[in-house]
Amino acid sequence: MGKVKVPRKSTNIDMTAMCDVAFLLLTFFILTAKFKPNEPIIVDTPASVADKKLPEDKVITISVDKKGRVFFGVDNIQVRRKILDRVANEKKLTLSAEQRRKFENIASFGVPMNELPKFLTLDFSQHADPNVQKGIPIDTTNKYQRSELTEWIQYSRLAYKEVTGSAPFIAVKADYDVNYPAVQDIINTLQSPRVKINKFNLVTNLEKKPEK
Amino acid sequence: MAEIDTSSSGGGKKKDGKVRAKKMSTRVDFTPMVDLAFLLITFFMLTTTLSKPQSMELNMPEKDVNKEEQQKINDEQAITIMLAKDDKIYYYEGMPPKDGEAPPNIIESSFDPNKGIRQYLLKRNARVLNEIKPLRAKLQSGQINEEQYRKSVAEIKKNDTKGIIVLIKPHKLSKYKNMVDILDEMAICDVPRYAIVDLAPAEQVILDEYAKK
Repeated sequence: MGKVKVPRKSTNIDMTAMCDVAFLLLTFFILTAKFKPNEPIIVDTPASVADKKLPEDKVITISVDKKGRVFFGVDNIQVRRKILDRVANEKKLTLSAEQRRKFENIASFGVPMNELPKFLTLDFSQHADPNVQKGIPIDTTNKYQRSELTEWIQYSRLAYKEVTGSAPFIAVKADYDVNYPAVQDIINTLQSPRVKINKFNLVTNLEKKPEK
Repeated sequence: MAEIDTSSSGGGKKKDGKVRAKKMSTRVDFTPMVDLAFLLITFFMLTTTLSKPQSMELNMPEKDVNKEEQQKINDEQAITIMLAKDDKIYYYEGMPPKDGEAPPNIIESSFDPNKGIRQYLLKRNARVLNEIKPLRAKLQSGQINEEQYRKSVAEIKKNDTKGIIVLIKPHKLSKYKNMVDILDEMAICDVPRYAIVDLAPAEQVILDEYAKK
């Protein structure tokens, strides 16, 4: 039987070009990368035709999840440090350097202030546990007649003014399925005489604007 | 797969008294490097937030405005939209009735884009929309840019002192989504003035009643 000889061709491919492309893309992604903050809760924001982008920095985010738990986060590490100093001072909390360092790395949290030291000893992996973070209290039943959320907002605004020299933006990020009163409480807190914020942003997903 | 030639040891040999460099292949195998590069690309792609989330700006009316300011709304300008349970909308025209006045004629509506609240608002807000229409045409044909368009629209809305004023009143059983949706309708219909306010006690009772059905 005659064999058909397949001419042997080199299997080598020149990888140089591919390598060039790969590194080009890599450079692009490294330069544009901004890491996703580690969010302890899932919030499905509602769709809206609003096409304005959320500001890049100086944002205080107040999140409300499906169950109505309130979470608070600021995007600046220096600001976080200042806020914690202030809270520790006001509430007479003793925090170790390790706990302070941990707080600086938390993008968003939802614990009452008196549980903060305990919360800061926990590992990051435990933060998603629903029993750990019950949400920030928004009721004004304590003796100061202001909720803890009010305090957090007040301290952060002061801290932002000290660090960046201007007032921060307030973003309310609520789940689409949450009942309206949960959002109303946040809005009332923002508009309360101690805070007096009448202008804020609602975080939404983009949806196409219908033609008229 | 290509391999890097490592078999030769040493750069050359002495022969006949001449130093002759051995010819080595200059080709290096890039495959592992490409592997690595793509691995890193994948990592950065997954961890990057390329698009910032969108946001809707909301201006709430100041809480401690004196009553005189609020009374300036004309009866025929006002539309009250109440958001109820299960994505339902109830609306009525005119100012909220004061104590002892007859209850308003409440109409049921929905978020349906073709027969819901949008059509009603478009009809009521026709004057403003007709003013905006030529601007939109100009924007599409490139005569004015986005910024000029926005500015002109804002100007039209500001000058429209006789147009509709919408009061949005969410019930406690409505969802946050409903609120965003109705704000969207305001944006789509270019409603010049609207505000989110609390339900009046009488309206509260009516909506509670509807919710039981």
